[in-house]
Parts: sequence; C-alpha cells; structure tokens
Amino acid sequence: MADHGHNVRVTINGEAHEGHVEPRLLLSDFIRHEAGLTGTHVGCEHGVCGACTVLLDGAPVRSCLMFAVQADGASVETVESLANGETLHPLQEAFRREHGLQCGYCTPGILMTLKPFLAANPAPSDADIRQALSGHLCRCTGYQQIVAAVRRAAAMLRGEEP
Amino acid sequence: MKPPPFAYECPTEVADAVALLAAHGADARPLAGGQSLVPLLNFRLARPAVLVDLNRIAALGHVTVENGALRIGAMARQAAVEADPGVARGWPLLTDAISHIAHPQIRNRGTIGGSLAHNDPAAELPAVMLALDAEMTALGPEGTRTVPSGEFFAGTMETALAPDELLTEIRVPELPEGTGWSFREAARRQGDFALVAVAVLLRPSGSSSGIDARVVVTGTGDGPQRMREAEAVLAERGTGGDACEAAGNAAAQASEPADDPHAPAWYRQRLVAALTRRACREAAMRMGR
Repeated sequence: MADHGHNVRVTINGEAHEGHVEPRLLLSDFIRHEAGLTGTHVGCEHGVCGACTVLLDGAPVRSCLMFAVQADGASVETVESLANGETLHPLQEAFRREHGLQCGYCTPGILMTLKPFLAANPAPSDADIRQALSGHLCRCTGYQQIVAAVRRAAAMLRGEEP
Repeated sequence: MKPPPFAYECPTEVADAVALLAAHGADARPLAGGQSLVPLLNFRLARPAVLVDLNRIAALGHVTVENGALRIGAMARQAAVEADPGVARGWPLLTDAISHIAHPQIRNRGTIGGSLAHNDPAAELPAVMLALDAEMTALGPEGTRTVPSGEFFAGTMETALAPDELLTEIRVPELPEGTGWSFREAARRQGDFALVAVAVLLRPSGSSSGIDARVVVTGTGDGPQRMREAEAVLAERGTGGDACEAAGNAAAQASEPADDPHAPAWYRQRLVAALTRRACREAAMRMGR
C-alpha cells in the first residue's frame, strides 16, 4: 500500500523547509536531501552510532529513528546552526584546538548532544562527560581528545577561557 | 537501510487510533516512540502495511499521582518519567531503571508504553513493572480492560494485547513506607540491552521475616521472570546472614538462559546469582536493615 502524499513543514535552524514526502522518508534524509543540509551524517540507521543526532524542539534525538512527517510543525537544529558565519561555536573551536576529531564523521551528532548537555551542566565532571558521550561512537580518537574538548568547551562557555 | 513503504495514519484521539487498528487488523502497527520499531523497519524485519502514529494523541502523555497510585500515559516519554520528581519520590526503582535504558537521545523519544508493548526480552521496563505489580490498561473495540503485569508479558516480544488493542495507561500502586528497592544490570557497554538485569523490591509485611519480596530477572530468556524461589527465601529468612546469597543462588537455579553470541549460559547464571545478591543487600540497606 503505497502512500506518497504528505506535506511537511519543518523549521530547521530557524528557516522553514517544506516538502511533499513519502511517510517512510526518515527525518535524517529529509534534512540531507530535501533541505540540503548535509552536515547531519548518517551512520548505522538503527539508532546506535549517534552520527545523525539533531535537536528536536531543543532535545537531542536520533533523526534516523523518526519520520519526516512526524517532525511536521517541529523545530530542528543541526550542526549548521552552531557557527556564526566564519566564527566557530565554542564547542567547535574547542574540538579543533583539542583534536577532538579526525575523520569528523561522528562529530556533528556529538556536538548536537553536547549543546544542551553543557547548557544544563556548565561544569561537568569527566564521568558526566563520558556518560553524555556514551550514545556516540567514534572510531578514530579513542575519545580522550573528545573528553578534553568538552572540558575546554565548558570552560569557554563559562567565560573562563577565550 | 531505508524502511519499506507503508501508509501513514496520524490520529489525535485514542478512539480513532483503536478504530484504525480494528479496520486494518494485523496489517497495522501502532507507532509509539519508534526507538525499536523504526530500526526493525530500517532493517526490513517488519513490514506493516499501515503505521498508526500515536505521537499526536495528547491524552496519552500524562504522568500523575492519584490517590497514592502512579498513572503513566502509554506515550509518556521515558526521559519525562525519569525526570519527574513525584516518580523519583514514590517509585525510585522506576527512575533508576530508566537511566539504564539506552541513551538520553533514545529516552527523549522512547515511551513507557512502547517499551512495555514491544516487550524485548532484555528490556528494563517490563521487569520493573512486574516487580512493582503494575496494571496495564488496554483499549480495544470492545472497550477498556485492565491486565495485571503478571499476565501482560507473554514471552519474547509477546504481550496479552490483541492486535486491535492499544495499551493506554500503566497504573503503579503506592509503595508502603519503608520499602527497599534495587535495580542492578550488567551490560557490555553503557546503554546496551542487559545481559542480565535484576529488580528487587522489599515491602514491609506481616510474614515471619517482616518482608514481602519481589525478585524479577530479565535477560535470561523470554522476558521478565519472577523468581519465586528467591522471593520465598527472603520472605522466610529476611535479608540477614547469608539470606541474600541464598536468594541469588535460588534465582540462578531457577533461570534457564541459553548460550547465545553475547554470553554463554553459565555466565548469565552467575550474573543472576551475583546481581540478585547485590540487589537484595542494597534493597535491605535502603529498607534500613
């Protein structure tokens, strides 16, 4: 039973994106292919790797585990929302300085999890940081530099480091 | 992979959802948080012709305490229940167990009712609801019925729900003052499904030891299992001396895990013994014993 017709309107990074989609279109694919925002990466497509994590009405979710039709009327934030023009967001700057990424495939999802995490926990312990990162797989870094980058990002967001 | 094609229905009233399920029969599946069903679709292990999305039914999202009992709408998000101060005060076993479910990103979408109706054989929530003597409210074409948790979980990914019935609410009775509790889980990585998880609830009672015990184990077979031999040990002997160790051994003996790629049977049995022992001691400590 094919079902081709659903109009959806999703606000992504403050901008309205409309489409006429099949209900089986994943939100991750709507973001990448309909909205053309390819910063959101697709890894495992079963909710394990965390690469596709975006903010849905402010909360981090797996965009591969919901359908675009379900996000109709919702507000989505992706990694493209972080930098202000050429100026990196403190999270991005901290990841750059601490070598918190190598291939960068997992990074967009990690950053989107960290944004609300650091807003709620401005001074997290290493254990808190590791817990927050537990829903993300990185096969390059061994996580040490990612943890260091989160520490630095937290300090930057607290205004203690430039 | 990508999901197979399906027709999409998105009712805003519970009655409409039930009518849609009745109209489409076994071809339809309700879509709750989607954190288990969407992977099954993406792997094409499930191919329902129709998905009935429950996410826009506002009446299913409540978390309230009424006359001492906890009432959870089936579509309440796991993260919302985890963060609810009333739940943490009255049913800390539930709060603690939810923190073991996958990751925050999953719990932001995953629902209490979705997990219970899916009944993965290693999931936390069915075990906890069994330990808490929860009651499930189901709505079908013939109306509402209440199913005790002891009859709700019917085997691997099987429940007492008929294909045209919807789980609408979970009701958890009040715990008496002085109830001890513990949830222990062993998993290979943070957020994985449990290799074994144990929920222990010790209520004060008039038994010889003064304890009414619930010991529920999951991960060893086809879903949550009450370990009545272990419960009998605790009801008779209390939690002092080596009673918790004896309860752990009784639970291990009663469990019948199979070898699988994640762990051999003997390892799971040892986990049952160890986690039951530790959970029993922790629950006793919280009881003030």
